[in-house]
Amino acid sequence: MLVIKQNQTPTRQAARRLGALSGLEVALCMQCGACAGACPLVGHMDHNPRQIMRQLQLGLGETLVGCRAPWVCATCDTCNVVCPRGLDVPRVMEALRVARLRAEPDAVHPGGFAREELSQSPTIALVAAFRKVTG
Amino acid sequence: MKVSYYPGCTLKSQARPLEEAARAAMARLGVELAELPRWNCCGVVHPLAADELMGHVAAVRNLVRAQEAGDGPLVTLCAMCYNTLARANRLMREQPDKLAVLNSFMDEEPDYQGGVRVEHLLGFLAREVGWEAVARQVRRPLTGWRVAAYYGCKLQRPREVAVEPPGSFQLLGGLLRALGATVVNFPATDLCCGSYQVLAEPALARELSSRILTRAGEAGAELLALSCPLCHYNLSRAAATGDPAGARPVYFTELLAWAFGEKEALEASWRPGPAREEGGHGRSADSPA
Repeated sequence: MLVIKQNQTPTRQAARRLGALSGLEVALCMQCGACAGACPLVGHMDHNPRQIMRQLQLGLGETLVGCRAPWVCATCDTCNVVCPRGLDVPRVMEALRVARLRAEPDAVHPGGFAREELSQSPTIALVAAFRKVTG
Repeated sequence: MKVSYYPGCTLKSQARPLEEAARAAMARLGVELAELPRWNCCGVVHPLAADELMGHVAAVRNLVRAQEAGDGPLVTLCAMCYNTLARANRLMREQPDKLAVLNSFMDEEPDYQGGVRVEHLLGFLAREVGWEAVARQVRRPLTGWRVAAYYGCKLQRPREVAVEPPGSFQLLGGLLRALGATVVNFPATDLCCGSYQVLAEPALARELSSRILTRAGEAGAELLALSCPLCHYNLSRAAATGDPAGARPVYFTELLAWAFGEKEALEASWRPGPAREEGGHGRSADSPA
Protein backbone atom coordinates (compact mmCIF):
# COMPACT_ATOMS: atom_id res chain seq x y z
CA MET A 1 0.00 0.00 0.00
CA LEU A 2 1.26 3.46 -0.86
CA VAL A 3 2.48 5.63 1.99
CA ILE A 4 0.78 9.00 1.68
CA LYS A 5 2.09 11.78 3.89
CA GLN A 6 -0.66 13.23 6.05
CA ASN A 7 1.10 16.21 7.67
CA GLN A 8 1.32 18.18 4.48
CA THR A 9 1.84 21.90 4.46
CA PRO A 10 -1.22 23.99 3.57
CA THR A 11 -1.74 23.92 -0.16
CA ARG A 12 -4.63 26.31 -0.59
CA GLN A 13 -3.13 27.66 -3.72
CA ALA A 14 -2.80 24.16 -5.19
CA ALA A 15 -6.39 23.44 -4.16
CA ARG A 16 -7.60 26.53 -5.94
CA ARG A 17 -5.83 25.33 -9.04
CA LEU A 18 -7.61 21.96 -9.05
CA GLY A 19 -10.35 23.14 -11.39
CA ALA A 20 -7.85 24.50 -13.89
CA LEU A 21 -5.68 21.40 -13.60
CA SER A 22 -8.60 19.10 -14.33
CA GLY A 23 -9.89 21.28 -17.14
CA LEU A 24 -13.41 20.49 -15.91
CA GLU A 25 -16.27 22.82 -15.07
CA VAL A 26 -17.11 21.14 -11.76
CA ALA A 27 -20.23 23.32 -11.34
CA LEU A 28 -21.85 21.22 -14.08
CA CYS A 29 -21.94 18.18 -11.78
CA MET A 30 -25.52 17.63 -10.56
CA GLN A 31 -24.54 15.21 -7.80
CA CYS A 32 -26.48 12.25 -9.21
CA GLY A 33 -23.80 9.84 -7.99
CA ALA A 34 -23.64 7.74 -11.16
CA CYS A 35 -19.84 7.95 -10.98
CA ALA A 36 -19.72 6.64 -7.41
CA GLY A 37 -22.27 3.95 -8.21
CA ALA A 38 -20.29 2.66 -11.17
CA CYS A 39 -16.77 2.93 -9.73
CA PRO A 40 -15.37 -0.59 -9.19
CA LEU A 41 -13.00 0.66 -6.47
CA VAL A 42 -15.33 2.98 -4.56
CA GLY A 43 -15.45 0.60 -1.60
CA HIS A 44 -11.76 1.28 -0.98
CA MET A 45 -11.97 5.07 -1.22
CA ASP A 46 -12.21 7.50 1.69
CA HIS A 47 -14.12 10.02 -0.47
CA ASN A 48 -16.17 8.76 -3.38
CA PRO A 49 -16.06 10.57 -6.73
CA ARG A 50 -19.39 12.33 -6.14
CA GLN A 51 -18.21 13.63 -2.77
CA ILE A 52 -15.00 14.86 -4.35
CA MET A 53 -16.96 16.74 -7.00
CA ARG A 54 -19.10 18.32 -4.25
CA GLN A 55 -16.09 19.45 -2.23
CA LEU A 56 -14.65 21.08 -5.32
CA GLN A 57 -17.96 22.78 -6.12
CA LEU A 58 -17.94 24.24 -2.62
CA GLY A 59 -14.35 25.44 -2.99
CA LEU A 60 -13.15 23.00 -0.36
CA GLY A 61 -10.46 21.37 -2.47
CA GLU A 62 -7.93 21.71 0.31
CA THR A 63 -9.84 19.17 2.42
CA LEU A 64 -8.99 16.63 -0.27
CA VAL A 65 -5.26 17.19 -0.37
CA GLY A 66 -4.39 14.25 1.88
CA CYS A 67 -7.15 11.89 0.78
CA ARG A 68 -6.50 8.38 -0.49
CA ALA A 69 -9.16 8.16 -3.19
CA PRO A 70 -7.07 9.45 -6.12
CA TRP A 71 -4.32 6.98 -5.23
CA VAL A 72 -6.80 4.09 -5.24
CA CYS A 73 -8.38 5.14 -8.57
CA ALA A 74 -7.14 2.96 -11.45
CA THR A 75 -8.21 5.49 -14.13
CA CYS A 76 -10.50 2.87 -15.68
CA ASP A 77 -12.81 5.62 -17.02
CA THR A 78 -16.01 3.88 -15.90
CA CYS A 79 -17.19 7.08 -14.19
CA ASN A 80 -16.38 9.03 -17.31
CA VAL A 81 -18.70 7.05 -19.60
CA VAL A 82 -21.63 6.93 -17.14
CA CYS A 83 -21.68 10.65 -16.28
CA PRO A 84 -24.92 12.12 -17.70
CA ARG A 85 -23.22 15.52 -17.91
CA GLY A 86 -20.29 14.08 -19.83
CA LEU A 87 -17.80 15.11 -17.16
CA ASP A 88 -14.42 13.42 -17.44
CA VAL A 89 -14.20 12.61 -13.72
CA PRO A 90 -10.80 10.82 -13.96
CA ARG A 91 -9.32 14.23 -14.76
CA VAL A 92 -10.35 15.39 -11.30
CA MET A 93 -8.58 12.41 -9.75
CA GLU A 94 -5.51 13.22 -11.82
CA ALA A 95 -5.70 16.88 -10.77
CA LEU A 96 -5.69 15.80 -7.11
CA ARG A 97 -2.65 13.59 -7.68
CA VAL A 98 -0.75 16.15 -9.71
CA ALA A 99 -1.55 19.06 -7.36
CA ARG A 100 -0.25 17.04 -4.43
CA LEU A 101 2.92 15.95 -6.18
CA ARG A 102 3.72 19.42 -7.47
CA ALA A 103 3.37 20.89 -3.98
CA GLU A 104 5.26 18.02 -2.38
CA PRO A 105 7.15 15.77 -4.81
CA ASP A 106 7.73 13.03 -2.23
CA ALA A 107 4.16 13.08 -0.84
CA VAL A 108 3.66 9.52 -2.04
CA HIS A 109 6.40 6.99 -1.61
CA PRO A 110 6.64 4.18 -4.15
CA GLY A 111 8.43 2.20 -1.43
CA GLY A 112 4.87 1.23 -0.58
CA PHE A 113 4.65 -0.85 -3.74
CA ALA A 114 4.41 -4.56 -3.00
CA ARG A 115 7.92 -6.04 -3.22
CA GLU A 116 6.76 -9.31 -4.77
CA GLU A 117 4.81 -7.40 -7.39
CA LEU A 118 7.76 -5.16 -8.21
CA SER A 119 9.83 -8.19 -9.13
CA GLN A 120 7.13 -9.95 -11.13
CA SER A 121 4.93 -7.30 -12.69
CA PRO A 122 5.19 -6.73 -16.43
CA THR A 123 6.71 -3.52 -17.77
CA ILE A 124 3.28 -2.14 -18.59
CA ALA A 125 2.31 -2.19 -14.89
CA LEU A 126 5.59 -0.66 -13.71
CA VAL A 127 5.51 2.23 -16.18
CA ALA A 128 1.85 3.02 -15.49
CA ALA A 129 2.12 2.85 -11.70
CA PHE A 130 5.33 4.86 -11.46
CA ARG A 131 4.01 7.55 -13.77
CA LYS A 132 0.95 7.95 -11.57
CA VAL A 133 2.90 8.33 -8.33
CA THR A 134 5.68 10.53 -9.65
CA GLY A 135 3.55 12.98 -11.60
CA MET B 1 -0.75 -5.99 -47.63
CA LYS B 2 1.77 -4.30 -45.35
CA VAL B 3 0.60 -2.30 -42.37
CA SER B 4 2.54 -0.21 -39.84
CA TYR B 5 2.64 -1.87 -36.48
CA TYR B 6 3.47 -0.51 -33.01
CA PRO B 7 4.31 -3.32 -30.56
CA GLY B 8 4.86 -1.64 -27.14
CA CYS B 9 7.16 -2.61 -24.29
CA THR B 10 5.42 -5.64 -22.85
CA LEU B 11 4.94 -7.38 -26.20
CA LYS B 12 8.71 -7.83 -26.32
CA SER B 13 8.84 -9.38 -22.85
CA GLN B 14 6.01 -10.92 -20.83
CA ALA B 15 3.40 -10.64 -23.58
CA ARG B 16 5.38 -12.15 -26.45
CA PRO B 17 2.62 -14.68 -27.23
CA LEU B 18 0.23 -11.80 -27.99
CA GLU B 19 2.57 -10.58 -30.72
CA GLU B 20 3.85 -13.91 -32.04
CA ALA B 21 0.35 -15.28 -32.48
CA ALA B 22 -0.74 -12.05 -34.21
CA ARG B 23 2.14 -12.14 -36.66
CA ALA B 24 1.48 -15.78 -37.53
CA ALA B 25 -2.27 -15.28 -37.91
CA MET B 26 -2.02 -12.07 -39.92
CA ALA B 27 0.46 -13.69 -42.30
CA ARG B 28 -2.22 -16.27 -43.08
CA LEU B 29 -4.54 -13.38 -43.94
CA GLY B 30 -1.91 -11.87 -46.23
CA VAL B 31 -1.14 -8.99 -43.88
CA GLU B 32 2.40 -8.22 -42.79
CA LEU B 33 2.74 -6.32 -39.53
CA ALA B 34 5.63 -3.97 -40.35
CA GLU B 35 7.15 -2.95 -37.01
CA LEU B 36 7.93 0.75 -36.73
CA PRO B 37 11.67 1.43 -36.68
CA ARG B 38 12.98 3.10 -33.50
CA TRP B 39 9.71 2.94 -31.65
CA ASN B 40 9.72 3.79 -27.95
CA CYS B 41 7.44 3.21 -24.95
CA CYS B 42 4.10 4.97 -25.45
CA GLY B 43 3.94 5.99 -21.78
CA VAL B 44 1.16 3.45 -21.03
CA VAL B 45 -1.13 6.01 -19.36
CA HIS B 46 -2.39 9.17 -21.04
CA PRO B 47 -1.56 12.17 -18.81
CA LEU B 48 -4.79 13.95 -17.86
CA ALA B 49 -3.73 17.25 -16.29
CA ALA B 50 -4.86 20.11 -18.49
CA ASP B 51 -1.45 21.81 -18.50
CA GLU B 52 0.57 18.62 -19.01
CA LEU B 53 2.73 18.60 -22.09
CA MET B 54 5.98 16.66 -21.64
CA GLY B 55 4.06 13.53 -20.66
CA HIS B 56 2.83 13.30 -24.25
CA VAL B 57 6.26 13.34 -25.87
CA ALA B 58 6.71 9.57 -25.87
CA ALA B 59 3.39 8.89 -27.60
CA VAL B 60 3.78 11.71 -30.14
CA ARG B 61 7.30 10.60 -31.04
CA ASN B 62 5.83 7.24 -32.02
CA LEU B 63 3.26 9.04 -34.16
CA VAL B 64 6.16 10.79 -35.93
CA ARG B 65 7.66 7.35 -36.62
CA ALA B 66 4.32 6.20 -38.04
CA GLN B 67 4.06 9.33 -40.18
CA GLU B 68 7.51 8.56 -41.61
CA ALA B 69 6.40 5.01 -42.37
CA GLY B 70 3.81 6.36 -44.80
CA ASP B 71 0.09 6.16 -45.39
CA GLY B 72 -2.28 3.65 -43.88
CA PRO B 73 -3.22 3.02 -40.27
CA LEU B 74 -0.89 2.40 -37.35
CA VAL B 75 -1.99 -0.91 -35.85
CA THR B 76 -1.54 -1.86 -32.19
CA LEU B 77 -2.27 -5.09 -30.35
CA CYS B 78 -2.07 -3.87 -26.75
CA ALA B 79 -5.23 -2.14 -25.52
CA MET B 80 -3.29 0.34 -23.38
CA CYS B 81 -0.90 1.29 -26.18
CA TYR B 82 -3.90 1.77 -28.44
CA ASN B 83 -5.58 4.03 -25.92
CA THR B 84 -2.51 6.14 -25.18
CA LEU B 85 -1.51 6.62 -28.82
CA ALA B 86 -5.07 7.31 -29.96
CA ARG B 87 -5.66 9.88 -27.21
CA ALA B 88 -2.35 11.64 -27.81
CA ASN B 89 -3.18 11.73 -31.52
CA ARG B 90 -6.56 13.26 -30.81
CA LEU B 91 -5.07 15.83 -28.45
CA MET B 92 -2.53 16.90 -31.08
CA ARG B 93 -5.30 17.35 -33.65
CA GLU B 94 -7.55 19.29 -31.30
CA GLN B 95 -4.94 21.51 -29.65
CA PRO B 96 -2.57 22.85 -32.30
CA ASP B 97 -0.81 25.02 -29.72
CA LYS B 98 0.30 21.91 -27.82
CA LEU B 99 1.34 20.26 -31.07
CA ALA B 100 3.43 23.32 -31.96
CA VAL B 101 5.24 23.23 -28.62
CA LEU B 102 5.95 19.51 -28.87
CA ASN B 103 7.17 19.83 -32.45
CA SER B 104 9.46 22.61 -31.33
CA PHE B 105 10.69 20.55 -28.39
CA MET B 106 11.43 17.55 -30.62
CA ASP B 107 13.40 19.67 -33.07
CA GLU B 108 15.51 16.69 -34.15
CA GLU B 109 12.34 15.06 -35.54
CA PRO B 110 10.19 16.00 -38.51
CA ASP B 111 7.10 17.95 -37.37
CA TYR B 112 4.11 15.78 -36.60
CA GLN B 113 1.26 16.76 -38.92
CA GLY B 114 -1.58 14.94 -37.12
CA GLY B 115 -2.43 12.67 -40.03
CA VAL B 116 -1.82 9.21 -38.56
CA ARG B 117 -4.82 6.94 -37.94
CA VAL B 118 -4.33 4.72 -34.88
CA GLU B 119 -6.18 1.39 -35.06
CA HIS B 120 -6.45 -1.55 -32.72
CA LEU B 121 -6.04 -4.86 -34.53
CA LEU B 122 -9.66 -5.76 -33.72
CA GLY B 123 -10.96 -2.74 -35.60
CA PHE B 124 -8.51 -3.36 -38.42
CA LEU B 125 -9.69 -6.97 -38.76
CA ALA B 126 -13.35 -5.98 -38.78
CA ARG B 127 -13.01 -3.09 -41.24
CA GLU B 128 -10.09 -3.96 -43.50
CA VAL B 129 -10.16 -7.77 -43.51
CA GLY B 130 -13.72 -8.74 -42.56
CA TRP B 131 -15.02 -11.69 -40.57
CA GLU B 132 -15.78 -13.72 -43.71
CA ALA B 133 -12.14 -13.61 -44.79
CA VAL B 134 -11.13 -14.57 -41.24
CA ALA B 135 -13.59 -17.48 -41.24
CA ARG B 136 -12.20 -18.74 -44.57
CA GLN B 137 -8.76 -19.21 -42.98
CA VAL B 138 -10.04 -21.31 -40.10
CA ARG B 139 -8.50 -24.80 -40.17
CA ARG B 140 -9.37 -25.80 -36.64
CA PRO B 141 -12.73 -24.26 -35.68
CA LEU B 142 -13.30 -23.59 -32.01
CA THR B 143 -16.56 -25.51 -32.16
CA GLY B 144 -18.00 -26.03 -28.70
CA TRP B 145 -15.46 -23.73 -27.03
CA ARG B 146 -17.23 -21.45 -24.62
CA VAL B 147 -15.36 -18.14 -24.78
CA ALA B 148 -16.25 -14.78 -23.25
CA ALA B 149 -15.01 -11.52 -24.71
CA TYR B 150 -13.26 -9.39 -22.10
CA TYR B 151 -12.73 -5.74 -23.05
CA GLY B 152 -11.33 -4.34 -19.80
CA CYS B 153 -11.15 -0.57 -19.53
CA LYS B 154 -9.05 0.74 -22.37
CA LEU B 155 -10.70 -0.56 -25.56
CA GLN B 156 -13.93 1.37 -25.05
CA ARG B 157 -13.17 4.18 -22.65
CA PRO B 158 -13.17 7.08 -22.95
CA ARG B 159 -15.80 7.30 -25.69
CA GLU B 160 -13.75 9.45 -28.05
CA VAL B 161 -11.25 6.67 -28.69
CA ALA B 162 -13.54 3.64 -28.21
CA VAL B 163 -12.97 0.85 -30.74
CA GLU B 164 -16.77 0.50 -30.53
CA PRO B 165 -19.31 2.27 -28.32
CA PRO B 166 -19.19 1.34 -24.62
CA GLY B 167 -21.61 -1.49 -23.92
CA SER B 168 -21.38 -2.95 -27.42
CA PHE B 169 -19.14 -5.99 -27.68
CA GLN B 170 -19.48 -6.85 -31.36
CA LEU B 171 -15.81 -6.70 -32.37
CA LEU B 172 -14.41 -9.42 -30.14
CA GLY B 173 -17.70 -11.28 -30.33
CA GLY B 174 -17.64 -11.16 -34.13
CA LEU B 175 -14.09 -12.48 -34.22
CA LEU B 176 -14.84 -15.33 -31.82
CA ARG B 177 -17.92 -16.32 -33.84
CA ALA B 178 -15.86 -16.25 -37.05
CA LEU B 179 -13.51 -18.73 -35.39
CA GLY B 180 -16.44 -21.01 -34.56
CA ALA B 181 -16.51 -20.42 -30.79
CA THR B 182 -19.63 -20.13 -28.69
CA VAL B 183 -19.62 -16.58 -27.36
CA VAL B 184 -20.62 -16.37 -23.70
CA ASN B 185 -22.07 -13.09 -22.44
CA PHE B 186 -21.25 -12.20 -18.86
CA PRO B 187 -21.81 -9.15 -16.67
CA ALA B 188 -18.16 -8.09 -16.21
CA THR B 189 -17.04 -7.71 -19.83
CA ASP B 190 -15.73 -4.20 -19.21
CA LEU B 191 -15.08 -4.32 -15.47
CA CYS B 192 -11.64 -3.03 -14.50
CA CYS B 193 -9.11 -5.76 -13.56
CA GLY B 194 -7.34 -3.45 -11.10
CA SER B 195 -4.82 -2.33 -13.73
CA TYR B 196 -1.56 -0.81 -12.45
CA GLN B 197 -2.95 -0.80 -8.90
CA VAL B 198 -1.54 -4.32 -8.71
CA LEU B 199 1.63 -2.60 -7.44
CA ALA B 200 0.16 -0.28 -4.83
CA GLU B 201 -2.90 -2.30 -3.87
CA PRO B 202 -2.33 -5.94 -4.91
CA ALA B 203 -5.21 -7.27 -2.81
CA LEU B 204 -7.59 -4.88 -4.48
CA ALA B 205 -6.45 -5.91 -7.97
CA ARG B 206 -6.80 -9.54 -6.96
CA GLU B 207 -10.35 -8.91 -5.74
CA LEU B 208 -11.44 -7.32 -9.03
CA SER B 209 -9.68 -9.88 -11.22
CA SER B 210 -11.15 -12.79 -9.27
CA ARG B 211 -14.62 -11.28 -9.63
CA ILE B 212 -14.20 -11.12 -13.40
CA LEU B 213 -13.04 -14.75 -13.65
CA THR B 214 -15.78 -16.01 -11.36
CA ARG B 215 -18.55 -14.17 -13.19
CA ALA B 216 -17.30 -15.48 -16.54
CA GLY B 217 -17.13 -18.98 -15.08
CA GLU B 218 -20.65 -18.68 -13.66
CA ALA B 219 -21.89 -17.69 -17.11
CA GLY B 220 -20.36 -20.88 -18.48
CA ALA B 221 -17.20 -19.51 -20.10
CA GLU B 222 -14.01 -21.54 -19.95
CA LEU B 223 -11.85 -18.88 -21.57
CA LEU B 224 -11.68 -15.09 -21.55
CA ALA B 225 -10.39 -13.55 -24.78
CA LEU B 226 -8.57 -10.23 -24.23
CA SER B 227 -5.99 -7.90 -25.74
CA CYS B 228 -4.28 -6.21 -22.78
CA PRO B 229 -1.05 -7.59 -21.27
CA LEU B 230 -1.87 -5.97 -17.93
CA CYS B 231 -5.33 -7.57 -17.80
CA HIS B 232 -3.68 -10.86 -18.80
CA TYR B 233 -1.18 -10.56 -15.94
CA ASN B 234 -3.74 -9.65 -13.30
CA LEU B 235 -6.25 -12.26 -14.43
CA SER B 236 -3.60 -15.00 -14.73
CA ARG B 237 -2.44 -14.29 -11.19
CA ALA B 238 -6.01 -14.48 -9.94
CA ALA B 239 -6.67 -17.64 -11.97
CA ALA B 240 -3.61 -19.37 -10.50
CA THR B 241 -4.77 -18.95 -6.92
CA GLY B 242 -8.47 -18.29 -7.19
CA ASP B 243 -11.74 -19.96 -8.04
CA PRO B 244 -10.99 -23.20 -9.95
CA ALA B 245 -14.35 -22.84 -11.70
CA GLY B 246 -13.42 -19.42 -13.04
CA ALA B 247 -12.55 -18.80 -16.67
CA ARG B 248 -8.92 -18.51 -17.81
CA PRO B 249 -7.47 -15.57 -19.74
CA VAL B 250 -6.07 -15.95 -23.26
CA TYR B 251 -4.97 -13.37 -25.82
CA PHE B 252 -7.45 -13.04 -28.66
CA THR B 253 -4.57 -13.43 -31.15
CA GLU B 254 -3.72 -16.81 -29.61
CA LEU B 255 -7.23 -18.05 -30.37
CA LEU B 256 -6.94 -16.63 -33.88
CA ALA B 257 -3.61 -18.39 -34.48
CA TRP B 258 -4.87 -21.62 -32.96
CA ALA B 259 -7.95 -21.66 -35.15
CA PHE B 260 -5.77 -20.97 -38.20
CA GLY B 261 -3.74 -24.07 -37.34
CA GLU B 262 -0.74 -22.29 -35.86
CA LYS B 263 -0.40 -24.45 -32.80
CA GLU B 264 3.13 -23.35 -31.98
CA ALA B 265 2.01 -19.78 -31.52
CA LEU B 266 -0.05 -20.85 -28.57
CA GLU B 267 2.15 -23.22 -26.72
CA ALA B 268 4.11 -20.57 -24.85
CA SER B 269 1.31 -19.33 -22.64
CA TRP B 270 -1.81 -21.37 -23.02
CA ARG B 271 -3.03 -24.85 -23.76
CA PRO B 272 -6.53 -26.24 -24.02
CA GLY B 273 -7.90 -27.22 -20.61
CA PRO B 274 -8.22 -30.84 -19.46
CA ALA B 275 -11.77 -31.11 -20.75
CA ARG B 276 -10.60 -29.97 -24.17
CA GLU B 277 -7.66 -32.39 -24.28
CA GLU B 278 -10.07 -35.22 -23.53
CA GLY B 279 -12.18 -34.14 -26.45
CA GLY B 280 -15.02 -32.78 -24.33
CA HIS B 281 -16.75 -29.47 -24.73
CA GLY B 282 -15.48 -27.80 -21.59
CA ARG B 283 -17.41 -26.90 -18.53
CA SER B 284 -21.12 -26.38 -18.91
CA ALA B 285 -22.98 -23.50 -17.34
CA ASP B 286 -24.68 -25.70 -14.78
CA SER B 287 -21.74 -27.81 -13.64
CA PRO B 288 -20.79 -27.40 -9.96
CA ALA B 289 -18.17 -24.76 -9.20
